[in-house]
Amino acid sequence: MDKLVAQYSRPSHQNEFYSEQEQQDLSESTPPLSLKFNLPPVDNSSAFLRAMTDDHSNPSCPIKLAHGTTTLSFRFQGGIIVCTDSRATAGNWIASQTVKKVIPVSRLSRGEDKPTNEPTPGLLGTMAGGAADCQYWLRYLSQQCTLHEIRHKRRITVAAASKILANLTYAYKGYGLSMGTMLAGMTPQEGPALYYIDSDGTRLPGNLFCVGSGQTFAYGVLDAEYRYDLTEREALDLGRRAILAAMHRDAYSGGFINLYHVKEEGWVHHGFDDMNPIFWKTKLDHGEFSNVTSEL
Amino acid sequence: MRGPTIIKAEDDKTRQLNKHTLMAFSGEAGDTVQFAEYIQANIQLYTMRNDTELSPSAVSSFVRGELARSLRSRSPYTVNLLLGGMDPITEKPHLYWVDYLASLAPVPYAAHGYAQFYCLSILDKHHNPNISLDEGIKLLGMCTDELKRRLPIDYKGVLVKVVTKEGVKVVDFDNDRIVRSA
Repeated sequence: MDKLVAQYSRPSHQNEFYSEQEQQDLSESTPPLSLKFNLPPVDNSSAFLRAMTDDHSNPSCPIKLAHGTTTLSFRFQGGIIVCTDSRATAGNWIASQTVKKVIPVSRLSRGEDKPTNEPTPGLLGTMAGGAADCQYWLRYLSQQCTLHEIRHKRRITVAAASKILANLTYAYKGYGLSMGTMLAGMTPQEGPALYYIDSDGTRLPGNLFCVGSGQTFAYGVLDAEYRYDLTEREALDLGRRAILAAMHRDAYSGGFINLYHVKEEGWVHHGFDDMNPIFWKTKLDHGEFSNVTSEL
Repeated sequence: MRGPTIIKAEDDKTRQLNKHTLMAFSGEAGDTVQFAEYIQANIQLYTMRNDTELSPSAVSSFVRGELARSLRSRSPYTVNLLLGGMDPITEKPHLYWVDYLASLAPVPYAAHGYAQFYCLSILDKHHNPNISLDEGIKLLGMCTDELKRRLPIDYKGVLVKVVTKEGVKVVDFDNDRIVRSA
């Protein structure tokens, strides 16, 4: 009887977490972060990759990588705005105009855009540099985040998730990875959090980042009017306008404006809109872009 | 600049070609001033010989022609130019963007070098041909603030000149403002 009473008089949350031993077992049974890949049989894999893919130093290289982009993300009072263009280029060739450069990093089953405007829990990652590298490693990060959620029964912090990615890119430094990504998310521990991670192994927390060939144009517009106490409407409009500026001036950016807002409950998608009507509306309604004539 | 040293922080990189035209230049050291003063002398010679002033568009054609001729010589001038002028007859302002390959483009606003990447998007958004001088200076302030914020070069301030129908004058500009990054 005493045993029975003891069993039920313990606080109910005591069994909620894994014991020391169980945690130990779990962490030892998971694969190490650095996965093993087959590498080409050459002395210096990064030099080999550059010879094959860098059309800047070698215009006749056999493989042209997708490189040009504009992505931006900034923190403000109401959360985080994430905005990108949608063009993929391979050398001078526009390979696609409908790329989704915002990649949800969360429970894998929650990745799809919902038809309703309900927030989806999880982080957002952006894609700049090699498309394949970003897609592959952000998907790998999703997997790690999902495992974290299952093991620890709470969502991973943005700081931890970004560190997984940064440790990964640092482990592969010099092997020719090409990615410049921003991780945005809101957790109860951190509030709105934004990190920049690139293939050099750089990992920086910050309020405002623009990444890609069009970054300077986006910075120009964004820096001039950025404040932390922007309203939600102002922030969404500023993000959209900054990407439009870059899509207009940078030959390697264009297509559609992809806009997201990260809030406490999760992220909300605010459209994947053709830049062309937005450009002409901005020009004709606000008198901007005065270097472009509208007469024939 | 010479190697890692700034030789002079407040160098005037403009030459006045005639009463209503000003030319700003950048590019290869030596070439810039030589070319600018060659153009200046020839425009002044034309003004004296014909007792008439060339319009900004005429000046721009002459400058482009000279640069194009030089480009096809054994030692071309490596100079990028901005030509600003007020047509004394129509009283309309003109701006021309000329690069070292002798491309000429009439534009409402312009920049050369890395400044283009930061400033053109700001000007795309905030420029409009009807703004006052004061608003124009404010817009220039937005551009220089952005360069201070993001350009990894300390360009030691700007010299601002304004071309009006009365001629060219230097305008006071606050170069000591400290800009904070987000």
